[in-house]
Amino acid sequence: MNVIWSVFVLLSVICAVALGNTENLSKAFVDSAADAVQLLLTLAGVMCLWSGLMKIAERSGLNALVARLFSPALRRLFPRLERDSAAFEAISMNISANLLGLGNTATPLGLRAMKELHRLDGGDTASDEMVIFVVMNTASLQLMPTTLGMLRGTYGSAAPFEILAPVWISSACALTVALVIAVTGNRIAAHRRERICR
Amino acid sequence: MQMIMPAFAAVIVIFALVRRVPVFDSFVLGARDGLRTLYQIAPAILGLMFAVSLLRSSGAIEVLCGFLAPAAKAVGFPVEVVPMAMLRPVSGGGSTALLISVFEDCGPDSFAGRVASILAGSSETTFYATAMYFGCVGVKKTRHTLVAAVAADLTAMVLSAVLTRIFFG
Repeated sequence: MNVIWSVFVLLSVICAVALGNTENLSKAFVDSAADAVQLLLTLAGVMCLWSGLMKIAERSGLNALVARLFSPALRRLFPRLERDSAAFEAISMNISANLLGLGNTATPLGLRAMKELHRLDGGDTASDEMVIFVVMNTASLQLMPTTLGMLRGTYGSAAPFEILAPVWISSACALTVALVIAVTGNRIAAHRRERICR
Repeated sequence: MQMIMPAFAAVIVIFALVRRVPVFDSFVLGARDGLRTLYQIAPAILGLMFAVSLLRSSGAIEVLCGFLAPAAKAVGFPVEVVPMAMLRPVSGGGSTALLISVFEDCGPDSFAGRVASILAGSSETTFYATAMYFGCVGVKKTRHTLVAAVAADLTAMVLSAVLTRIFFG
């Protein structure tokens, strides 16, 4: 990130000098900070509102309920894990929190899941389960992209949530691709291990 | 679709009432978390919006888009969204700042605005999440994790343009 940010700033200054846009650039110096604060204030309202609602959901056990709902599917992805193991519980709670958009809850659960998986087979190499779990966390599982909808609304969209259906389709396809590659990779590795044992 | 958010909120409240959860107290507690999150991300967002606004006002982003335009056009991807697509797997704040710049330049209901929205909604900060999760347990050999994760990001990129055409013709 340090490199990217520096490149952005330096590239801008060089381009501005080369293209003769220095006047615009110095104006941006002043305006951008004010724009950012304005955006953050708009964001503050919606973020509080949704965090509040999601806290209600969490305390009423909605997260645990969704986790139970998805546990049959997850059991197929993690066949080696015991159903009531700490690792499996942390994984299903993490996935469920991601679906509901509980970012603050999902991350600590995810880290706990990784630690539990690491206890099962330690070392510096990722286990099959770790690959699948991390891949699921790099895909977007969130059902309600609230921040996205809010940003679209703020910048004048007539229907901020019109993108919901395509977002779901795109997310589902991306997740499927990721999981197929992860599972295939795991199977290939298992085949290789078998051959070596013989 | 217009009713989906209110309906979601209603389900949450009804479910909580059934389970006898102190609804408003929980709300206030959560709202405080939201404010805290915002407080934590605010400096980074401000810094990134500053950098992106420099890129735009200096004309650098136009130069960059000029280079990328032929390739983007060939695959039917809007060139305005390319910078955001490139930053998306690396930085959440940075891609949000670029998403906003697409909204400002083209509008959220334009072709580019919709593609950017769908991409933002269906991808994650891949490299950041991978580094965080493997880093916390000291795993260095991540095997095929990144191949799978990057393939997912590419899928989302391609689909965001395809689906925008299908849904919004």
